[in-house]
Amino acid sequence: MTLTSTAPATEQTAPAGAGPVTDRSSARAFVDTHVVPYADAYDSSGRVPEDLLRRAAEAGLWDPLSTDMVTLGEVHEEVGRGCSSLRSLLTVHTMVSWTLRRWGTDAQRDRWSAALARGDALGAFCLSEPGAGSDAAGITTTATQAGGGWVINGVKTWTTGGQRADVFLVFARTATSIGAFLVPRDTPGVEVTPIDDMLGTRASMLARISFTDVTLGPDALLGPSGFTAGMVLTGTLDLGRYSVAAGSLGIVQACLEASADYAARREVGGRPLAELPLIQAKLSDMVTDARAARLLVAEAGRLKDAGESATIMATWVAKYFASTAAARHASEAVQIHGASGCAPGSPVARFYRDAKVMEIIEGSNEVQRITIAGQAERETTR
Amino acid sequence: MSSKTQILDFIRGRYPQAEIDESQDIFALGFVNSLFAMELVMFVEKTFGVTIPNEELRIDNFRTADAMSALVSRLSSDLAVA
Repeated sequence: MTLTSTAPATEQTAPAGAGPVTDRSSARAFVDTHVVPYADAYDSSGRVPEDLLRRAAEAGLWDPLSTDMVTLGEVHEEVGRGCSSLRSLLTVHTMVSWTLRRWGTDAQRDRWSAALARGDALGAFCLSEPGAGSDAAGITTTATQAGGGWVINGVKTWTTGGQRADVFLVFARTATSIGAFLVPRDTPGVEVTPIDDMLGTRASMLARISFTDVTLGPDALLGPSGFTAGMVLTGTLDLGRYSVAAGSLGIVQACLEASADYAARREVGGRPLAELPLIQAKLSDMVTDARAARLLVAEAGRLKDAGESATIMATWVAKYFASTAAARHASEAVQIHGASGCAPGSPVARFYRDAKVMEIIEGSNEVQRITIAGQAERETTR
Repeated sequence: MSSKTQILDFIRGRYPQAEIDESQDIFALGFVNSLFAMELVMFVEKTFGVTIPNEELRIDNFRTADAMSALVSRLSSDLAVA
């Protein structure tokens, strides 16, 4: 782990491929080769370059459903260790891919699945609006049935990957519930406005997307209509939360590695920082929380692989724990690095900014606490 | 244990304060949200080894333990025929 970025993120300087990503080990190799050395440059430029997107495709990263959920969590942890912006792009793409597989018709899968798996088409998830974030029930974008198809009107914002995605999974209010719709980017009436200079995940190519009389066929609706349509949103967010939990864990691990390295090299009063008890306390907390978060993420993944409904609450808990741990330890990582940690191009400064985002996305920590406490309340009344 | 009993046990486990019998409309009780609906579908699919197709994800199939049990029987027989 280097303290500052030394190489620009260009196709000319990026090294050759590191092979397909199939597990934690190969993901770590890919991230160390293609991501870690350049992540601060991505952060500065405000985008993940096409070269890396292509390399991710070659490594199979856009095909998240080719592996089990435990492995997916491990891969997303490793990517999150290197760059939360790339991990965020993987998260929303994974959400779209999974939702298509779980709820899509044969025709919808025929149209999109292979292109998504190859990375020829990137997916993005459109839920948040100017007036509705974690309060998904407050969305006002509408999908109206007309002429045998659908017409979508409304505005989505904070859409991760929105600047780059080829297909949007748009949640909109129908006559009876909230439905999910597949909207190709090039559909007339879709307008993408980049959002730059965010606090964190600055390279994740966020966008505000307006839908004005966007006319779609009947096959645009993904999944059931009616009362169970909300399950599509629940399931999609559950997977997003799982990926964010893993990515947050990656931030904790990155903070640990950067801080341990710096504490071993930096001297104060003739002694390495690493010998100071207060520094040791910070490092030991990072080690402990990284291990605890890893167990929580793995348990949520195991339950997903087993098809157990308990995975939903396990994922809430994992995301809550990992995201708060990331914010806490990223702050301490900057503290350990001192002024160096506040300098331009400092990885720990990026971790600090990215970690804050993790406490907000895919359900704010406040909503997570309400949900987790609700379950505790039910269980104690048994 | 019958599918009806297992379904009732699952619902009671999640909402122990609610008094539910096999013919009671769980939606009328007011505690079913999209999160619980997802958990319920996952429970049914995992426990009884079935996949509920989109066209069967209708509210009437989930109103009562009786209705869910009938859905399981129908999907299980489809599975046996296939």
